[in-house]
Order: sequence, then C-alpha cells, then structure tokens
Amino acid sequence: MGRYVARRLLQMIPVFIGSTLLIFCMMYALPGDPVRAMMGDQAYDPTVVASIKKELGLDQPLLQQYVNYMTGLFQGDFGTQIASQRPIADVIADAFPVTIRLTLFAFTFVTLVGIGLGVVAGLRPDTLRDRGLLTLTLVLVSMPSFVLGFLLQYLLAFQWSVTTPTVTDSTDFSQLMLPAIVLASLSLAYVARLTRTSIAENLRSDYMRTAVAKGLPRRRVIGVHLMRNSLIPVVTFLGIELGNLMTGAIVTEGIFNVRGIGIEIYDALSRREGATVVGIASLMVLIYLAASLIVDLLYAVLDPRIRYA
Amino acid sequence: MRGAKSAKWVAGAIVVALAATACGGNGDGEGKSKGSGPAGYVSIDVGEPQKPLIPADTNESNGSYVIQSIFTQLLDFDSKGEIVYTNAESVTSDDSKTWTVKLKKGWKFHNGEEVTSKSYVDAWNWYANIKNNQQNSFWFQDIKGYDDVHPEKGAPKAEGMSGLKVVDDHTFTIELKYKMPYFNYKLGYTTWAPLPKVFYDDPKAFGQKPVGNGPYTFEKWDHKKLIQVKAWDGYQGPNKAKNKGVQFKAYTTLEAAYKDVVSGNLDMIRQVGPTDLPKYKQDLGDGAIEQPYAAIQTLTPAFYSKTFKDIDPKVLQGLSMAIDRDTITKTVLNNTRTPAKGFTPPGVKGYQNLDTDVFTYNPAKAKQLIKEGGGVPGNKFTVQYNTDGGHKEWVTAVCESIRKATGVDCAGDPKPDFATDLEARDNDQVKGMYRGGWVADYPVNANFMKELYHTTAEANNGRFSNKEIDGLMNKADNAKSLDESVKAFQEVEKKLVEHMPAIPLWYYRINGGHGKNVDNVNVDFHGDLEVWAVTTK
Repeated sequence: MGRYVARRLLQMIPVFIGSTLLIFCMMYALPGDPVRAMMGDQAYDPTVVASIKKELGLDQPLLQQYVNYMTGLFQGDFGTQIASQRPIADVIADAFPVTIRLTLFAFTFVTLVGIGLGVVAGLRPDTLRDRGLLTLTLVLVSMPSFVLGFLLQYLLAFQWSVTTPTVTDSTDFSQLMLPAIVLASLSLAYVARLTRTSIAENLRSDYMRTAVAKGLPRRRVIGVHLMRNSLIPVVTFLGIELGNLMTGAIVTEGIFNVRGIGIEIYDALSRREGATVVGIASLMVLIYLAASLIVDLLYAVLDPRIRYA
Repeated sequence: MRGAKSAKWVAGAIVVALAATACGGNGDGEGKSKGSGPAGYVSIDVGEPQKPLIPADTNESNGSYVIQSIFTQLLDFDSKGEIVYTNAESVTSDDSKTWTVKLKKGWKFHNGEEVTSKSYVDAWNWYANIKNNQQNSFWFQDIKGYDDVHPEKGAPKAEGMSGLKVVDDHTFTIELKYKMPYFNYKLGYTTWAPLPKVFYDDPKAFGQKPVGNGPYTFEKWDHKKLIQVKAWDGYQGPNKAKNKGVQFKAYTTLEAAYKDVVSGNLDMIRQVGPTDLPKYKQDLGDGAIEQPYAAIQTLTPAFYSKTFKDIDPKVLQGLSMAIDRDTITKTVLNNTRTPAKGFTPPGVKGYQNLDTDVFTYNPAKAKQLIKEGGGVPGNKFTVQYNTDGGHKEWVTAVCESIRKATGVDCAGDPKPDFATDLEARDNDQVKGMYRGGWVADYPVNANFMKELYHTTAEANNGRFSNKEIDGLMNKADNAKSLDESVKAFQEVEKKLVEHMPAIPLWYYRINGGHGKNVDNVNVDFHGDLEVWAVTTK
C-alpha cells in the first residue's frame, strides 16, 4: 500500500512538468503582448515597453523563459506579476483559500444531499418519490448555473432578504451558502441520479438476496452490503468533480462577487499574465492528481476485492 | 482487514488536505467591513489597480481613482474644463516655452514633510528616467533634457532634466524644447504629482502604501477586495474631502456591483452594466447619473491597408453619412453615447459646431459621395474590434446601417481580446478599419487631434499622414497664446473634415448612479465621479 502511494506520487512529477510546459507553450503562442496591453488605448512609449520586457526576461526565447520559470519554481518562487508587480505566490495565497472554502462547502453539500436523495429514491424505484427526484434533478441538470444563480439571488436576497446578494466577506459561511448551493446544484443532480441508479440496480443482485436470506438486520444489509457496492461509481464521479468545482466556478464567482481562483485565472488569461496562469493551472493539475489518488485508494476501502501493491 | 488499512491512508490524506486549507483560512487578513464601511465613509466600485500606486506608473482608471484621492498636482480642472489651481499658486509663461511655477506655501505631505519645489523637480526627474520604467514617462518628453534621461536606447546620460530649475523653495521653472501654449493644461494629469523623500528609500514598498499630499491619507489595501483611504485634516486645497473617507471596492462584474448599490451595500457605481441599463433610472431614482464626458469613439481606417490605401476622402465622408448615429445610440447603445458632430467632444476647450452635414445620416448623399470618390475597393471592408469590451453589438449595427444605405458590404473583424486587438493595430495588421477610442488627457482640443492624427503621433495607428495637416498643427502649437492655439486647432478640425483621418461616431456618456445614503455626486471632465465632494446623509 505504502509503495503504491509512493509510486503514484513519483508519477506526478513527469505529469506536472509536462503539463506546465504545455500550458507555458500555449500562453506563449497566444497573440497579444502583456506589457503592451498594459499600456492601453492611449499613447504610450515603446522604449518603456522594451525596457520592462528586458527586465522581466520576456524578450528571451521560449525555452529559456521556461527554464528560468522552473528554476524559480523549484526554489519556491512562483514569479512576479507583470502589471501589479506582486509575487504570484501572494496572489494565489489570497485567492486559493476562498476557492477552497467555497468548494468544500459545495462538495459537502453535494455529497450529503446528493447521496442522501439518491439512496432515498433508489430504495423504492418507480414510486412517486423516485419520479419526483428524477424530475427535480432533470430540472437542475438542464438549468444553466447562471439562471439558477440569478434566480436564487433575486428570490433570497431581494425578495425575502434572507441573505446578502453578493459576498462581501468570504470568511462568513452564511454569505458563502448561496454561491455554494448554486455551484453544487449541477453535480448534486448527477450524484443523486448516479446513486439512485446504482442502488436500484444492486437491490436486485444475488448477494443482496443472500444477505436478506441470511437474516441480517436491514440496517446492515443496506448500510454495508448495498451502500459499499453502490458507491464505487459515485466516488469516481465525486473525485473528478472536486476539481471541476474548483476550476469551474467562474460563472458563479462572477454572479456573487467571490474573488476565487476562477476569476483570478480568467483575469490573468485576458491580461496575458503567463506566469500566473501557469502557476494556478499547475496547482489545479496537482489537485486533480491528488483527488484521483484518493479516489483510487477509496476503491480499496469500498471493495475488498481491489488491492494495491 | 485490507479495507480498514486503506481507510487509514485515505483518512491521512484528507487530514493533510484539511490542514492545508485551515492554514490558508487563518492566514489571510481579510477586511471585516460589512455594508458601507466605517461611519461617514463612502464606497464606490473601483477595482484592483493594475499597478503599484505610483502616479507616473498608472494610466488606467482604477489606479488613477486611488492616486487622485491620495495625491494632488499643481492644478486641476472644473467640469467646464477650466483650470483650478490646487497646489500651485500660479503657472505662467511669457513665451509658452519657459514656464514659472509658484507653489502655495504651507502645504505638507501626509507624513509632515513640506511640499517644496524640490518635491516636484526630483519626482519628475525620477518619473522620466528610463531606468525606472514608468509607464507615463513620455508625458515629460516636452521638457528640455528629456532625451538625456530617457534615451531611446542605452543608459541615461544624465540624472535630471536640464529644463527643470529650482529657484527657491516655492518657485521653479520648466524650460520646454519648443513652444507649447497649452503645456499648463498637461500639468493637470495625475502623473505630475510630487513625491515625498521617503519614496526614494524604497519605491516598491511606497507603491503598496503611498504617502501623498492629497485630500485623503492611505489606510489599507486588501488586494482585489478593497482600498481604504481616510480624509486628511491637514489638506488645504479647494477639493478638501467632505466625507470621512472612501472605500474603493473591487467587484467581479458590473452586475454584482449594481446589485449592491440597489441593496445599499455600496454607495456609488461608476458604470451600470448593459443588462441593468434599461431599468437603472427606475431603480435608483434621483441617484441615477447620466452625463457626457470628454471621450470619443471613432471608426479609423488603416491607411496602409489594401482597402483604404490612397482612398478618396469623399468615400469616407460618404461612409460617415451612411451611419444612422441617432438610432444606433438610442437603441443598441441604450443612450450611453451622444452622436458625434466633429472630432472634438464637448467639455473640451475649443469644442465647436462644425458647419457640415458629414456627420448626419443621409443615405442618398452617402451613395452619391462614395460613387464620386470611386467607391470602396472590392465594395467591402472590415471593422476590427475586441470581443471582450461589449463592442460587437454596435459594430454590427453600424455595418448594417452602411450596407442598407449604400450597398457597401461591411463586416466585423473580431479579435478575442483587447491585447490581440492592440497588437494588430501596433503591427499595422488591420485589414480595413478599427474601433478607435480616446479619452481626454487634458481638456484642450489639441489633445484630440495632435495625439491622434499627426504623422509622428504614437497613437496614430491608422497611419494617417498629411503634410498640410501636420504643418497646420505645428503652427498651432507655436501660437503665442493658448487662445490662439485653440483657435488654430479649430481650423485644423475644419480641415480634418475634408481629409477624414477617422469617422467620428459618438461621444461617451457616463451612466452610473448612487444609493440613498449619499449625496452631491458629480462627474469631472473625463468621466470620473468626484469622490471628495460626496456627502453622507
């Protein structure tokens, strides 16, 4: 087990280097010069542009720039933003906790409510409550998140004044609740449907009949035998979804004024702040890798037949 | 057994992840301010400044809002574009070449240091020096000796500009390379602010925590969230703060900011987003602000392109007359613009009523002029714009209008973002016309002509070049007094109609607003809300 984890961790290194190089090349290939763009519409001085580029090493060839960047990175230096001249590590440290809070909030919501609803519906397939859940999730799946966002914002903040329309303080969990729910709604629907199908299918399987025939208490039949087997596809989905929730929050972050990593990477992209984009994207790569490792380990917990050596 | 053992690993991984988040959560010093902030403070939606807060390194509107609150230059302008002296007692010149500045006595920086001639001269020399890479350094290029501190290549040859001379603590002189009757108007730009001595110890730290001589003192900067400044009791200028302080709050979208104004969490918004424009007057009532300011949008032909190389100006006049400005500004643009009637917007010294019908919609005459001028080569052209700035709608409408009126085919040439758009303009890769925009740097008509259509102008991306016009502009620059110069530029503007270096479309209006908690919200000549005059109720 320990060796397996160590091997997986080692595998992350080439993936990390490869993905950063790829993103670096993509940023380089984009048209538009970040230093020139900073000068804007009005008059500007090309001498200053050249001088700034020289100072930041942006006039060097691509590979040299990449090597410089990686050398800095291994010394713990993410680089400096071109316009604001702030260390990129600071920029990430500002935005990341906000995103993580929002994501964990949404993720908890998805897991608890999604699996809960799925189990409730799946245990009694084709009944009224099952149909009701299918309809509800269908609505959630088909509704774009900005529609739901604006709708809930209008109802909860303006009509009923339950919460503030935008997030002014991202450490306040009561303010984060609305964006978290909106962010969670789509995956919630998927998780509920996935759980429901999986449970409904496994209900009819042989081992379930055996467990019931053995005279095991119902709580144990469902809680251990049924749940453990049914959750494998759900866990796979949740693992990938954790990454999606983090990066895919741009729309929701925009509506509710949450200053997270999504907005940050979007801003950096439109300003051609290459080092910032690469920095954030590499972190996301690491998170995806870690999430998939955890998912793989969870398989072994759920299904004793799976072993890692 | 296997399962239980794996579970430990998973649990371990989760604990590590949670611990990492917890550290992050405690680490950031977030503003606990809710609602409109401390009592007596007013708040406005101003996003994160792009650059550190150094006057000569800031040319975008977020940063200049904050700089303007912390620093005061020699002079400022009223809403009509007339000079109001702030830190200067007077700025005078007998020959438009050597200018004498007299400072008001007793002015201090926020740290108690006195504002003297040296505070200005040293700062300007620092700004202009190429070593310091200041974005607005070219603003000092009219001063004698600028080329020594800011050579096109290589290291600077001198520490200071020879044209700047300190006479005594409160007097200094500026000698220019050439005559410039409106030079004093340039001094109203935030770039000309003085710096205290502490700046030179550590410019980088200063940019995060500036010390100025303006109506507000710097309080705090929570990056991407909030900048807070406090009214300064020691301020002696005419624009002394009438509130206790200002919070510049960053919003991710215009819509989010607007919602906060409506719900009372934010006091002022600079621009209402397109989705809220149709109803903002109803929502905000008396708080709705709609006012023109000195900025213009144009369609600028690239005179190097296949289509517009050696084009007969009559064709451009015809295209101009084929654009139904009234209808487009009213419908597509929701009244956020005023149809243009010339190259200079109102609110600028020298604004005049041009006696011409070139800017009036007239399909019949448009068709005729284009025919007389030999038509548009290929009978079609493109308009380049950036898709991230909300320009698509009006470009489409303008093209439709031209096509309907004259049969000339016109299509948009979208670039994904502003950076790409600018690059194509700089490298002479525009295929037809491009979307041009210009906001007044100083409220004199020269700013809207010399900087855009002179052969040597940096922002002349259409590469318009006409010896006659160049000559007239140079002559206007050499006029004896400001009034004569302004008049001469008015003649230039009349000539421009004959040559059409660009097709003026419309002047900008600000569509902003304020909530019920504040009052006295005014707009200055380049469309900024005057935060110092805002009062709380």
